[in-house]
Amino acid sequence: MATERWEHFSHEADIGVRGYGGSKAAAFEQAARAALAVVVDLDTVQARERIDIACEAPDDVLLLVDWLNAIVFEIATRQMLFSRVEVEMDGLRLMARLWGELIDLDRHQPGVEIKGATYTEARVEYRPDGTWMAQCVVDV
Amino acid sequence: MFKIMDTSLFERKSETEWVLSPRDGMRVPVVIFASEKLIRAMDEKVREQAVNVATLPGIQVASFAMPDAHWGYGFPIGGVAAFDPKQDGVVSAGGVGFDISCGVRTLQTGLTRKDLEPATKALADELSRAIPAGVGSTGRVHLGLPEMDRMLRGGAQWAVKEGYGTDADLEYCEEHGCMDGAEPEYVSEQAKRRQQDEMGTLGSGNHYLEVQEVAEIYDERIAQIYGLHRGDLLVSIHCGSRGLGHQIGTDYLRKMVMAAAQHGLALPERELACAPIHSTTGREYLGAMRAGINCALANRQMLTHLTRKAFAFVFPGAVPTLFYDVSHNTCKVERHEVEGVSKKLHVHRKGATRAFGPGHPEIPEAWREAGQPVLIGGSMGTCSYILAGTAESERLAFSSAVHGAGRAMSRHQAIQKWQGRQLVQELAGRGIVIRCRSMRGVAEEAPGAYKNVSEVVDAANQAGLARKVAQLVPVICVKG
Repeated sequence: MATERWEHFSHEADIGVRGYGGSKAAAFEQAARAALAVVVDLDTVQARERIDIACEAPDDVLLLVDWLNAIVFEIATRQMLFSRVEVEMDGLRLMARLWGELIDLDRHQPGVEIKGATYTEARVEYRPDGTWMAQCVVDV
Repeated sequence: MFKIMDTSLFERKSETEWVLSPRDGMRVPVVIFASEKLIRAMDEKVREQAVNVATLPGIQVASFAMPDAHWGYGFPIGGVAAFDPKQDGVVSAGGVGFDISCGVRTLQTGLTRKDLEPATKALADELSRAIPAGVGSTGRVHLGLPEMDRMLRGGAQWAVKEGYGTDADLEYCEEHGCMDGAEPEYVSEQAKRRQQDEMGTLGSGNHYLEVQEVAEIYDERIAQIYGLHRGDLLVSIHCGSRGLGHQIGTDYLRKMVMAAAQHGLALPERELACAPIHSTTGREYLGAMRAGINCALANRQMLTHLTRKAFAFVFPGAVPTLFYDVSHNTCKVERHEVEGVSKKLHVHRKGATRAFGPGHPEIPEAWREAGQPVLIGGSMGTCSYILAGTAESERLAFSSAVHGAGRAMSRHQAIQKWQGRQLVQELAGRGIVIRCRSMRGVAEEAPGAYKNVSEVVDAANQAGLARKVAQLVPVICVKG
């Protein structure tokens, strides 16, 4: 199985998002893709415009939740969807670039908007096989 | 990850009341109201979360879970917990939820299903044109920051002043449409920015606007008082405080997590984040959360105005009147009796509806002798219910009842199982017109992806939390 990948896991009312990667930054990138895929099929979103995000937090889990919430904020205030994500990390500072386009309900056929990322099942882990995993539940 | 709850720890006090006595740091018992079938289908997480809530400082009487309880954030959804500020009680952002003051508002149209019959499609089209719904949809007004603050202080009263409805509407809202104690200065700039273009929008997911027919009357006396008859056409709007409320939830969940240690709170889980009511964080959250309640009230008021315009277009002269507006994600200061003493408590209802009994002064005068209307939304294509608060509910769970069905299946499973277009056709065959621009949205909200709301309502009725009055079936459903 590819090192860099994302998946959803089940939560009774909402959705869990999980990313795996060869580095912590890559796992955060994949977790973001999992969150974006809650809203829309990523293949339908064209990378027309780039936006930048920076966050900083006292620990990994807070940083993950802040990062996903920053994406939620950009979707809501720019009325955009994103499909491409790049994350760089320097300790507990994160710099990211997102590419996407304005929402077109008819073309994108989005599922549900994310209200916020939560601390439920929130974990950032270095795994025995040398890869990273980042996950939490998002409220929809 | 779903694990059936271990009910062997509970003592069954009646058909519908299950009690877990205090142990391991619990200050009060856990009380779950449910039929045997419902409790046996609950997730173990509901027990864990209700137990965690029972450990919090200042909690009164019990940590309650309603028949529709399921796994939430810190608090179970369907959870009710009251805290006394005089006993170091706490307030919790997770105990209110992200969609602050999410709720249901029902309008009486003065029309019947028969009147609608020839115009069903025309009304569906007009409503779907009038109501902004779905991911990224924007309202017709852009709120600048000074106006935003006025809206956050005034709620539905602000909306009425702006021309969205009439003073008569306010009588039929909780708090007369305006939550006291809102402090917009404690709402972040991000939260306000998220709301600038979202006033008068429905949102997505399980939010909807439905035109419904009264299909059954269970309590003739109360239905008479409420003015409900079989065949009546109603409109129900299910939505909340939009981006502003979601961002307040996000902001304060983080603040409470960060400040927990400083407040000397040893939390069993980070997500249980809360703050003493009298702490700076606690006070600021209450001010912001009340502003969020006003945002939800203003939003539902604006949607009411849009609904009326659509009705007037199709049925000239028709003016739907407000039946009631009730929220199910709140923390409110209320007076309740605890061991014979009347106390002012902070009552959290997370996915639970307030259900004041007959005679309560908070109930609109016209409905007062019947008890407070309790509006229970179904999911797309299933039925909804109107219940009435009971006198017993005060003793049972601080006058609280259920809020809805809850999901039985994940969104992912739903889109594997159903196709949006096919569902729309199937529902059309049953006389239900769906208007939604996203077919994935429809599939995620498939009726079969939800639990049976009727079982939940029957359990609430049997437990005495609220009395079943009427069943509503959908005719038109506008989804986000």
